[in-house]
Amino acid sequence: MSTTEERIAAQKRLRATRAGTDTIDERLGSSKFLTSVLDKIFPDHWSFMVGEIAMDSLIVLIITGIYLALFYVPSSKEVVYAPTSGHVYIPLVGQKMSEAYQSVINISFNVRFGLIMRQAHHWAALIFLAAVFFHMARIFFTGAFRKPREINWIIGLLLWQIVALEGFTGYSLPDDLLSGTGLRVIYSIIESIPFVGTWLVYALWGGRFPGTSLIPRLFVVHEFLFPLLIIGLLTAHLMILWHQKHTDFPGPGKTETNIRGSRIWPQYALKAGGLMMLVSSVIFLLAGFVQINPVWIYGPYQPYTVSAGAQPDWYLGWQDGAVRLWPHWEFRSFGHEIANPFFPGLLLPGILLGIMFAWPWIDKKIYKDYRAHNLLDRPRDKPFRTGVGAAAVTLFSLLTMASGTDIIANNLHVSYEAIVVALDYLVIIGPVVAFIIAYKACQRLQEVDFHPIQRPVGGVIYRTPDGGYHTVGDVHHGPSHDVPADAGASHGSGEHGSGEHGSGGAGRDSEKSVPAPSAGD
Amino acid sequence: MTDTIDEKQTPFARNPRHFGIDPGEPWPDDVPMDQDDTRWRYQGDPKGAKKAERRIAAAWTVTLLASIGLAAVYVDGANNQLAGLCWGLAFGGLGVGLILWARDLMPGHDVIASRGHHNVSSEADRIAVAESLGRGLDPMARRPFLLKMLGAVGGVFGLAIAFPIASLGPRPHRNLYQTAWGKGVRAVTQDGTPIRPSELPVNGILTVFPETNPSDALSPTLLINLGDADYDTPPERVGWNIPIDGKTGIVAISKICTHAGCPASLYNVVTHQLVCPCHYSTFDVLHLCQPIFGPASRGLPQLPIAVDAQGFIVAQADYSRAGGAPVGPGFWNRG
Repeated sequence: MSTTEERIAAQKRLRATRAGTDTIDERLGSSKFLTSVLDKIFPDHWSFMVGEIAMDSLIVLIITGIYLALFYVPSSKEVVYAPTSGHVYIPLVGQKMSEAYQSVINISFNVRFGLIMRQAHHWAALIFLAAVFFHMARIFFTGAFRKPREINWIIGLLLWQIVALEGFTGYSLPDDLLSGTGLRVIYSIIESIPFVGTWLVYALWGGRFPGTSLIPRLFVVHEFLFPLLIIGLLTAHLMILWHQKHTDFPGPGKTETNIRGSRIWPQYALKAGGLMMLVSSVIFLLAGFVQINPVWIYGPYQPYTVSAGAQPDWYLGWQDGAVRLWPHWEFRSFGHEIANPFFPGLLLPGILLGIMFAWPWIDKKIYKDYRAHNLLDRPRDKPFRTGVGAAAVTLFSLLTMASGTDIIANNLHVSYEAIVVALDYLVIIGPVVAFIIAYKACQRLQEVDFHPIQRPVGGVIYRTPDGGYHTVGDVHHGPSHDVPADAGASHGSGEHGSGEHGSGGAGRDSEKSVPAPSAGD
Repeated sequence: MTDTIDEKQTPFARNPRHFGIDPGEPWPDDVPMDQDDTRWRYQGDPKGAKKAERRIAAAWTVTLLASIGLAAVYVDGANNQLAGLCWGLAFGGLGVGLILWARDLMPGHDVIASRGHHNVSSEADRIAVAESLGRGLDPMARRPFLLKMLGAVGGVFGLAIAFPIASLGPRPHRNLYQTAWGKGVRAVTQDGTPIRPSELPVNGILTVFPETNPSDALSPTLLINLGDADYDTPPERVGWNIPIDGKTGIVAISKICTHAGCPASLYNVVTHQLVCPCHYSTFDVLHLCQPIFGPASRGLPQLPIAVDAQGFIVAQADYSRAGGAPVGPGFWNRG
């Protein structure tokens, strides 16, 4: 129904669009650049959305964070809770608390939509970190960190660390009992650093724990310093991604030198915008229905009280778990000491992080592969790397579990000692077992690729125009790699082949065409 | 029948399960490159397109209604659950609509293009950049003295501008080892009242603070009435407890865990063990409060206490002055 009117309307729209783009082009000369942006191709795979989810939650974090900062009071000044107007949380009336804590209580009860913003902020942080972890795992298991993308791997690891610290500082700002306990532990961990530990904590806290300097300083770090670093590094991360073009899984029609997917405009842009809305939707549904960090129940921080079940947010659980499981070693001699928290709190994470930073180069050595890659590995095709990743994920999970020893013990009705001892062994054995299982599983999956029942047994039978039949592909062992030269193809195979290509169409359909005995020909 | 076969044309080569087995292998480019990016899902299917349009409109109607709901919830006092529901539905409807619009009615699916040159510049460009850098680096290399001087000066200046950092906090000093306890300092409760030994029943436990500076974070101390339990008393700790009826009576133990500084506040009356709920270090109160489980490596220090003329519990000295270990977790120069 493409009528003349429609064509005229399209012409009109084009002129209107040109009026806009020309206005900009006459100032910036941007038309060529804009075209390349709009036409850019982005590969489609569900796992590529994980990084986007991280970015979307970051946007929610920034917006809700700015809102919260308008009400939060970064002050350790001691006040007695007695709000003069609005809702009062009766159990806290008359209690001594910091102004910071009181302002968080007020945001929760006296600011309309303050509570949902607070809970959305916290949920967004947890989802952000989860997306960061999954994104990192995706990059690792598919070898996306390989040349030329080592720089982005390193920027990504830095981002992870800063984002985790950003999360911790945010968790600490309400100055409630739980966050104060977390700060006490961090103070001890930093204090345990050889040579400079005591100097560092005195500089950070402005003296002895808890002091009154920390909360305002945390606010500056959480609101300004870390967000600045995160936005700067993220910009670099995305610009490099944009410039290098996204990796893709191998597939029909995909090569190291081409890229296949949907255009940024309108496909990708609309879908990415839609995903951002969906991520926001999930965050706000959680913020409405699932309570998080009810600081009014924990109470204000007092250095002499603590509650059982004191855990950090989940993304720092592995470090807390390591601190719980580490043996009671301390080294003392010549009037000096390396205190216990240093080893699990800083040395162990430092070593693990060092390995992660170096991994792209370790990987090169292992596989003797120094080439650039745009096509991803399937995890099964790199059993050693996948095994290492599985071991790391297992270690991470077990250590995270260890940060809840008391909760696990309570729920299982066993002593916490039993859980700690069990996890002590498991963190050593678990990663090794995970490595072996993953390694074997990869090998098995590789074999499955070549298994007779997984491929067209007996090849493809072709009927020739004169009524005869012949087979293409060896009957018993005919994978493409080792197709014997005499596997044979008839005079007609070329045409049959090309006919099949046509019917195969887009990549994911070609599987169907494989066993087809080309009855239609 | 020909003798050879083009690998690309064997059916197996197009089996998608085969992907990635050999990353070096060139991939068959035999799938038609569909550069026609003007097609969309319901093209040539006006009914389907109409339905798709209705689906999208329905999704956005949800957003519209949820937005009105959001305003109503705000005016009504901002119920958190209802607010969450409205926010969630509004965002959700918007997102679903956008994605459906892209999927069903927008062109631009599945196009293919060259990546360019692996992000690698041409040889000429690579030479050019090295030469441009050399324009500055060569003259620098010819003046090694200036370079060394710059390095040295930069280092010294770097140290000098680090001095403002020193203002962030005081120099760690003796107060790393000290608490607010001292000779004759009364032990008071959370609300500031002093304690008499008779107020603490057998197996009773009480957190006390030095009256002179109750908010000092290293000073919280546990008074435990051990009754007639068999308490290890090495010679240097004789007289540190307040005996009751000639039995062990009340001992005072630092509440600050020697591992990471949390309050070791869980007391098991049966086994006389103190547990820190942060990392589950466990201390045996009857045996010098030595750690028996968990990551702590030092015992909780004991505070020597006595009864003053008015009958209230006081400290005999600070923890460290009394010859014991300093309170709290370890640090480099604690030794």
